[in-house]
Amino acid sequence: MIANFFTNLFSIASFSIAEGLMWSLLAVGIFVTYRILDVADLTTEGSFPLGGAITAALIMSDLPPIVATIGAVFGGMLAGLVSGIIHTKLKIPALLAGIITMTGLYSINSRVMGKKPNQALLGKQTIFNFMDEFNFTSNTVVIIIGLVTVLLVIGLLYTFFRTEIGLSIISTGDNIEMSQANGINTDFTKILGYMIANGMIALSGSLIAQNNGYADISSGIGTIVIGLAAIIISEVLFSKQPLLYRMFSVVLGAIIYRFILALILELPIEANDNKFFSAVILVVALSFPLVQKKLQSNSKRQPKKRKGGVL
Amino acid sequence: MKTILSIKNLQHYFGKGTVDENHVLKGINLDIREGDFISIIGGNGAGKSTLLNSVAGSFPITSGSILLNGQDITKQNVMKRSDKISRVFQDPRMGTAVRLTVEENLAIAMKRGQSRGFSKGVKKQQRKFFKEQLATLGLGLENRLQTEIGLLSGGQRQAITLLMATIVRPELLLLDEHSAALDPKTSLLVMELTEKIISEQNLTAFMVTHNMEDAIRYGNRLIMLHQGQIVVDLANEEKNQLTVPDLLELFHKKSGSQVSDDSLLL
Ligand SMILES: Nc1ncnc2c1ncn2[C@@H]1O[C@H](COP(=O)(O)OP(=O)(O)OP(=O)(O)O)[C@@H](O)[C@H]1O
Ligand SMILES: [Mg+2]
Repeated sequence: MIANFFTNLFSIASFSIAEGLMWSLLAVGIFVTYRILDVADLTTEGSFPLGGAITAALIMSDLPPIVATIGAVFGGMLAGLVSGIIHTKLKIPALLAGIITMTGLYSINSRVMGKKPNQALLGKQTIFNFMDEFNFTSNTVVIIIGLVTVLLVIGLLYTFFRTEIGLSIISTGDNIEMSQANGINTDFTKILGYMIANGMIALSGSLIAQNNGYADISSGIGTIVIGLAAIIISEVLFSKQPLLYRMFSVVLGAIIYRFILALILELPIEANDNKFFSAVILVVALSFPLVQKKLQSNSKRQPKKRKGGVL
Repeated sequence: MKTILSIKNLQHYFGKGTVDENHVLKGINLDIREGDFISIIGGNGAGKSTLLNSVAGSFPITSGSILLNGQDITKQNVMKRSDKISRVFQDPRMGTAVRLTVEENLAIAMKRGQSRGFSKGVKKQQRKFFKEQLATLGLGLENRLQTEIGLLSGGQRQAITLLMATIVRPELLLLDEHSAALDPKTSLLVMELTEKIISEQNLTAFMVTHNMEDAIRYGNRLIMLHQGQIVVDLANEEKNQLTVPDLLELFHKKSGSQVSDDSLLL
């Protein structure tokens, strides 16, 4: 009985790591807009299924999975470009710009998927078939590929944020007046941030579609909450850190979030209930700092509220 | 002497055409000559910050024109003007990116007026230069290159902002009460530093201050703004002989107001 419980827990954990790694790319993408650029970008809910749709369409036309995956990244970046231009050049508030693109993307995603609500990848090779000859379990394969992708993406991202342009993106999110006074084209840096974020989100959508074996047009619903939950969990558990650690802690946040969700799903509930629990987890995580403050209200030291991100 | 900045009949309204319409600048004409260090004084709401912001390009002005080195920059935004005009804000939090380190902020300032690429944001060979520059501030910041700006005091940040604004020589330096938010000792330090940098680099500067003693002590020219108009413009000899009581009297005379509370100007 106990042994059974632990094997079960172990399989839930390894499953959560695999899923969490794929979802963490979405979370780090949202981190780029939400925390670094200090804008709430809802394009996510459209660029995530777009990633899946593009990958499915390319795989179905017999392109190599790696090409299909990279195609998704480019598609996501294009979606980010659109939101970024709507927000910066047309001066439409970020929240609205994201909703507009997300809505428009619904039709585009439908066309990419050949006007079907979902597209199965039956019998096709995906990126997860790369290591077939090693005879790993499917979960191990997902963990390895997920980990390699996450390391690669975060490594690239971190290197990029240390370049001249990268620094100017951080400074734009931090202090826009100062950035402009120093000659930074803040429209450009914002658009770039949008593109990077949505490229990563589409990559996440692509990997998850390949792992599921199908792309689903409605898979974007609730993704923003999933990403935010991962970010908030990481911030609650691992406090203020330098950028590189922050990005890795968001990955851990995504894994922990998956783990909590998987435990909840062990309860006898409907499959569609998981979105409800996603929302609940986010509320709990978001209210955590407040509860913490209430608990230590005796002490004078209160965390200073800062505008923008918590880098 | 060459004219650096020329402001011609500058008018500015906030909320034009609304019930909140506010005619803030009412026909400003001003030539700033090369090497001028101008202090601007005037009561609260006189339009000093609005004048400085107009020069920086923070918003499109209602009418009039602004020429920099003879070139019409009226239509240019802050970013376009930033290669020639730099500024230090009143709020020490405004001038730096708090989540970046001291050296990263300086590196961003080093790129003012140049395009930014994919090379390393902070270059190894820059560090020595940054250290030397920080050492001139005399605040021991040369050993804190990797410190996040957010962890520094207001005075330290303001000194760094001043350095950032001048690390690439600007044609015109704008200072908006940049020492006002600091304690008297730090304020003095920042003002002395300002004067040192301006005279060493022979900069042209335009400084708003509420401190009449500072206005008299620093710079070669003094301008008084009242209700959106320049009412006093004194330079060199005339300015050097001024005392605070002179200034107060001038203010009463020029404004024609029976201001009993002199703190309005102080
Ligand atoms: N962005 C804005 N929108 C609307 N009104 C503004 C704006 N900025 C300034 N004003 C108004 O313009 C007038 C002049 O303001 P300004 O800040 O230029 O005065 P100031 O001379 O700098 O005063 P202070 O000494 O208090 O800094 C004030 O009445 C102010 O309320
Ligand atoms: Mg002012």
